[in-house]
Amino acid sequence: MTTVGDVPAPAARVLADLAGLVEALRADDRIVVGPTVRDGAIVLAELASAAELPYGWGVELDAGHYRLRPVDQRLAFANSAGPQSWKAQLHPPRQLLMSARRTPDDGFVVDDTPPAPSRLAFLGVRPCDLRAIGILDQVLGSGRRYAERRADVLIIAVNCTEPGAACFCVSAGGGPAAEAGHDLVLTERADGRLLAEAGTTAGGGLLARLPGQEATAGDLAEGRDTVGAAANRMGRTLPPGDLRALLVDQVDSAHWNEVANRCLTCGNCTMVCPTCFCTTVSDTTDVTGEHAQRWEHWDSCFDRDFSFLHGGPVRPGGASRYRQWLSHKLGTWHDQFGQSGCVGCGRCVVWCPVGIDLTAELAALTATSRSGSTDPEVSDAGND
Amino acid sequence: MRATTERLRTHPFLAGLDEESLERIATISTVVALDAKTWLFREGDPADRCWLIRSGRVNLDVHLPGRGEVIVESLGAGAVLGWSWLFPPYRWHFDAVVVEPTSAIEVDGIQLRALCQTDPKLGYRLGQMFTAVLIERLQATRLRLLDLYGPPR
Amino acid sequence: MTMTPARYLVVDRLAETADTVTLTLEPVDRPLPVFRPGQFAMLYAFGVGEVPISISGRSGAGGLIHTLRAVGAVTRALAAVQPGAIIGVRGPFGTPWDLPAPPGSEVALVAGGIGLAPLRPVIHHLIAHRRRYRRAVVLIGARTPDDLLYPDEFDTWRAGGVDVHVTVDRADAGWPDHVGVVTTLLDRCITNPGQVAAYLCGPEVMMRLTARALIDRGVAAAAIRVSLERNMRCGIGHCGHCQLGPLLLCRDGPVVGYPVAAPLLAVREL
Repeated sequence: MTTVGDVPAPAARVLADLAGLVEALRADDRIVVGPTVRDGAIVLAELASAAELPYGWGVELDAGHYRLRPVDQRLAFANSAGPQSWKAQLHPPRQLLMSARRTPDDGFVVDDTPPAPSRLAFLGVRPCDLRAIGILDQVLGSGRRYAERRADVLIIAVNCTEPGAACFCVSAGGGPAAEAGHDLVLTERADGRLLAEAGTTAGGGLLARLPGQEATAGDLAEGRDTVGAAANRMGRTLPPGDLRALLVDQVDSAHWNEVANRCLTCGNCTMVCPTCFCTTVSDTTDVTGEHAQRWEHWDSCFDRDFSFLHGGPVRPGGASRYRQWLSHKLGTWHDQFGQSGCVGCGRCVVWCPVGIDLTAELAALTATSRSGSTDPEVSDAGND
Repeated sequence: MRATTERLRTHPFLAGLDEESLERIATISTVVALDAKTWLFREGDPADRCWLIRSGRVNLDVHLPGRGEVIVESLGAGAVLGWSWLFPPYRWHFDAVVVEPTSAIEVDGIQLRALCQTDPKLGYRLGQMFTAVLIERLQATRLRLLDLYGPPR
Repeated sequence: MTMTPARYLVVDRLAETADTVTLTLEPVDRPLPVFRPGQFAMLYAFGVGEVPISISGRSGAGGLIHTLRAVGAVTRALAAVQPGAIIGVRGPFGTPWDLPAPPGSEVALVAGGIGLAPLRPVIHHLIAHRRRYRRAVVLIGARTPDDLLYPDEFDTWRAGGVDVHVTVDRADAGWPDHVGVVTTLLDRCITNPGQVAAYLCGPEVMMRLTARALIDRGVAAAAIRVSLERNMRCGIGHCGHCQLGPLLLCRDGPVVGYPVAAPLLAVREL
């Protein structure tokens, strides 16, 4: 018998299913958020039991294409990134920052108490999304509300054994295996059982309470092999080379105009991207004008008013807005935050209504850069 | 007082002009001292001179009915004032009024035109120099047209 | 790094021009940290919104002076507040003007329009430390004489050892000073290009052309600083709006060295 905190808990177990895990999390008063099928897609929602996980559902993905397809009923994680990411849990689409009311002395008083955060458990975080959470931690972590929400989240990651057609995590600096930031990581086996490995003491403690056999060396090796093989089956890849330098070099490329012919500036990519964090602030009053609120909500650099200055937008056209998004994500994010903002999850490719694929756009820019011309017609662009 | 080549050589507008040309221009130039509040020329008057300002300030202005005089440009040390003598109809387009006591080299425009016709090399050189000034003034004027300090649209 | 405004009382309101006012503010609660020249605050008009406004001076212990132009809903509301009203302030944010300049510098400030407002605290610094510098010059460009900011202070600045030169785009006769673009005054403030420390603030085009004119006259690009602006929503580096290429102007600006700014300003719609 192992006691949490006294003796090191087992590092790895093989679980028959996840029912015990979800029950244990709920017994800890945690709200369990995980994938479930709704409206023809796999979305993230609060789970009452493990049965709500997307057992038997895989996905068929391509640029601008997403369909569910049936898979082995025993498998809950034979699918890749749906339209949502965990950022909606940590960085909500709308939040009230403060309320204020007028006082008789021509002044006002402010109440900025944040709501008490729920204790959350994220069940089913893919390694790309795990890295994305780390990126958001770095960008937004100094904010009080984000920090309070983030402080007590238990993360159960799920390694990828079957990359989706839009996935390119390896070339984005990650991989199909969870590396850091998780409390527990699961690897689903072909028979539906799951290898569960602890990543932190808290994860180990949770693992100790679950029914299941201790993992053998063979179990661990098999898990590593399956996940390792997945790294070689990525659906897409970012072009090699220094993308940050490429985007600086190609700032005046005619290619941006070419993308603008296709891009609707709808902003879907920014909504589904797990690291896009831009927000706007709106101050409102009630009808009497006596009570005011300050709300923060998601915004997108594709919105025409995003760059409004002195009577008009700095980036009125689609070309400069697409350039801003891509150059920030893969380029200036390095300058601002010391790393790339892209984790290779492929959501932007899948959920673009016109199927714009940033790996292809970057490949095109690489080609024009190599040919020394800013005109894509002159380049020796290869076909993917 | 007749201008000397020394005085001409040190004026920024003529910097770089060869000695011989400077001497010839000196023969058609005089150093003048202009009192404040003097009208140098009026819009529509015959244009026959230009001034290389050495110190002080001259304002170009225009009269708008119902509004009076509006200042269009200030010219100070180092500037050249007046080029309507270069082309027909040889008439001034604005008024010029001396604002501060000003020292300038006044050059006879009619004789300068004649000099340029008999000496094409000098004519070309002077044409280049005037064009450079014109370009700079045009760019500055375009900047003011933008009304950058005005309210955003 | 909070999104909650501190309350400040309007103790004075001066109408500088038809659309610009200067507000003097005193803290109601604990004062915010000291604002350095070049930094900005997010000023809040109750229920209307917030805008970034540079600091234009300090008043006593903890008081703030802000000059703002009414160009939109929030600034119109702020420009309308009367003494006795309370507004919200967050800050200080952003990079300050790098002061002091090297000893012996010829310090040249070039201000276009409302750009004089963020430079005013630099003028105060120059007066307080006049002996450190060989020369202190401020060139002020405005649309018309009626659009000049702080005209009543020019003589005080001159008395403090700062050469003040003014030019307007147009004026009625009787205007005693210069008419023309501000770059035509540059030769007055540069005697020794190698020792010039330049601080520019105004419309972007004006700063670009002034910087180029300075460089043409032998001033090193590294000796020139500009104050840049972009849309700002949070002021604390979290909303993403104020990006100019790699810079987040609320954090890496608004004051930026010209060598960094120049290539960014050269790209259209960046």
